[in-house]
Amino acid sequence: MAYFRVEKLVKKFGGLTAVNEVTFDVEKGEIFGLIGPNGSGKTTTFNMISGVYPPTSGKVVYGDREIQGMKSHRICHLGVGRTFQVVKPLGRMTVLDNVIAASFSRVNSMSEARSHALKTVEFCGLAPVQGILAKSLPIAGRKRLEIARAMATRPDLLLLDETAAGLNPSELVEAIDLIQKIRANGTTIIIIEHIMHVIMTISDRIHAINFGQTIAEGTPKEVAANQAVIEAYLGTDYA
Amino acid sequence: MKKNLYPLVLLAVLALLPLAVKSNYFLHLMILFLLWVVIGSSWNVLAGFTGQVSFGHAAFFGVGAYTAGLLFQHLQVSPWWGMALGGVVAVLIGLPFGAICFPLRGAYFALASLALGEGIRHVATIAENFTGGMMGIMIMPTFISKVPYYYISLALAVLSVVSIQLVIGAKPGYYFVSIREDQDAAASLGINTTLYKNVSLSISAFWTGMAGALYMNYMGFIDPHVVFSLHDYSVMAILVAIVGGVGTIYGPTVGAFIMVAFQEFFRTGFFGLFEYLGHKTGSSAVSVVGEAVQHAHVLGFGILVIVVILYLPNGVVGDWEKIKRNVFRISPAKEGV
Repeated sequence: MAYFRVEKLVKKFGGLTAVNEVTFDVEKGEIFGLIGPNGSGKTTTFNMISGVYPPTSGKVVYGDREIQGMKSHRICHLGVGRTFQVVKPLGRMTVLDNVIAASFSRVNSMSEARSHALKTVEFCGLAPVQGILAKSLPIAGRKRLEIARAMATRPDLLLLDETAAGLNPSELVEAIDLIQKIRANGTTIIIIEHIMHVIMTISDRIHAINFGQTIAEGTPKEVAANQAVIEAYLGTDYA
Repeated sequence: MKKNLYPLVLLAVLALLPLAVKSNYFLHLMILFLLWVVIGSSWNVLAGFTGQVSFGHAAFFGVGAYTAGLLFQHLQVSPWWGMALGGVVAVLIGLPFGAICFPLRGAYFALASLALGEGIRHVATIAENFTGGMMGIMIMPTFISKVPYYYISLALAVLSVVSIQLVIGAKPGYYFVSIREDQDAAASLGINTTLYKNVSLSISAFWTGMAGALYMNYMGFIDPHVVFSLHDYSVMAILVAIVGGVGTIYGPTVGAFIMVAFQEFFRTGFFGLFEYLGHKTGSSAVSVVGEAVQHAHVLGFGILVIVVILYLPNGVVGDWEKIKRNVFRISPAKEGV
């Protein structure tokens, strides 16, 4: 049985079917890429997995539990962490306090939470800015903070939603390093990304969707060569 | 370290105050100030730290007062027992509202809290057989001197502020502020937002209810229009926190002092200045103006709040550095030299 499985997941917003019967398996320890053009339903899939809203139908199986329809905070406690595409820093808290708040999901005492947060901040390369308010971080810092906060909840499975968007080339290299470091620690990762360089470099397997439906799945090479994927990105005229 | 000294100095001054000040009038003002420290700090836990604005704290205050009063009137239980119970009953009144409104986001809780305060006032007015309606409840104060009330108020103020400080500095405090800053992010960090909003509401309602019960003991008389008053309690609680500093531990303490002083300043016609001038000049116009000023304290509050929001949007405590820089001309750099 797969470590994590999404089965025939459907989300309808009124008359619009945002995600239509998407199915994929993720193996423990892998980096699994989720790609597709804008509005293809990637973030909607993440929102259903992390409990922001329940799926219209279908299953999300994590380990031996079905987690679809559970509240976000329970899913977090089960070991699924996530970042947001539109970053959500806790603005009027310092970077360290952001991470401490996340650490409290696993420990209760202030001293434990603080020491765990300090380690996480260090791991994610935020130590130099840990004392400033989250709202004054530049975008690269905010993306990093999203990851740090999710890591502080000690996830077994991490959902990264476009953590590389808006970064300059050198920041991009650092982001890739960080993601690989997280995987080396034994965390399984599902990543949504538009920057092909990132997704092709780090993913073990890629799942491509368009208009809410699966169009391809396979290794980066296979997906990059897939006709349906090329058409989805470039349009039928240029493919 | 230097910063932690202010509250201790303040506490020492407050503890010794009755030795120096024998005037009942000033002790009365100080008791009101201490009650406002409790109410303002309570409101601040829920609205300032957790981001759930309440327009109905009069409900918790009044329910606390009525708990003490009714226990005495119906069961002849000492109203001091009512103090312990006042906070608990306030929590019991608040929680159903929290349970309904907190799973939602946006203005629902704020609106419901307004309805709660006004609704309970009407219930207390209409249920004459139980509450005495507009006749109110009268009890004999336990002490004639104001000094015991002063120390009890001081104890309540210190207990509430210290307990709130402990909570805010620990896990619940981090959760409250996370919820205030971003609910979706908070939920993704494993925070049960509905539960923690209710925890915050309970702390807030408890201390406000205690303050209400103390008010009953101290004043000896309550009626629905006094203790469930929208502008005297619900709105005043908001002003105390805004003026002092929303989302700061000591903001409401400073705000309480400013607001009580400000209110008294207007109520007495600028500490009797108009009356004095009226006598001196024999002009009835001055007396009329003086009377108008006494009735204009709400207008004064309005102006004060506008000034605070324009120049000190984080309140006196929240913008303390700014005040030091601009009013006392102390810049952090100079201090270091």
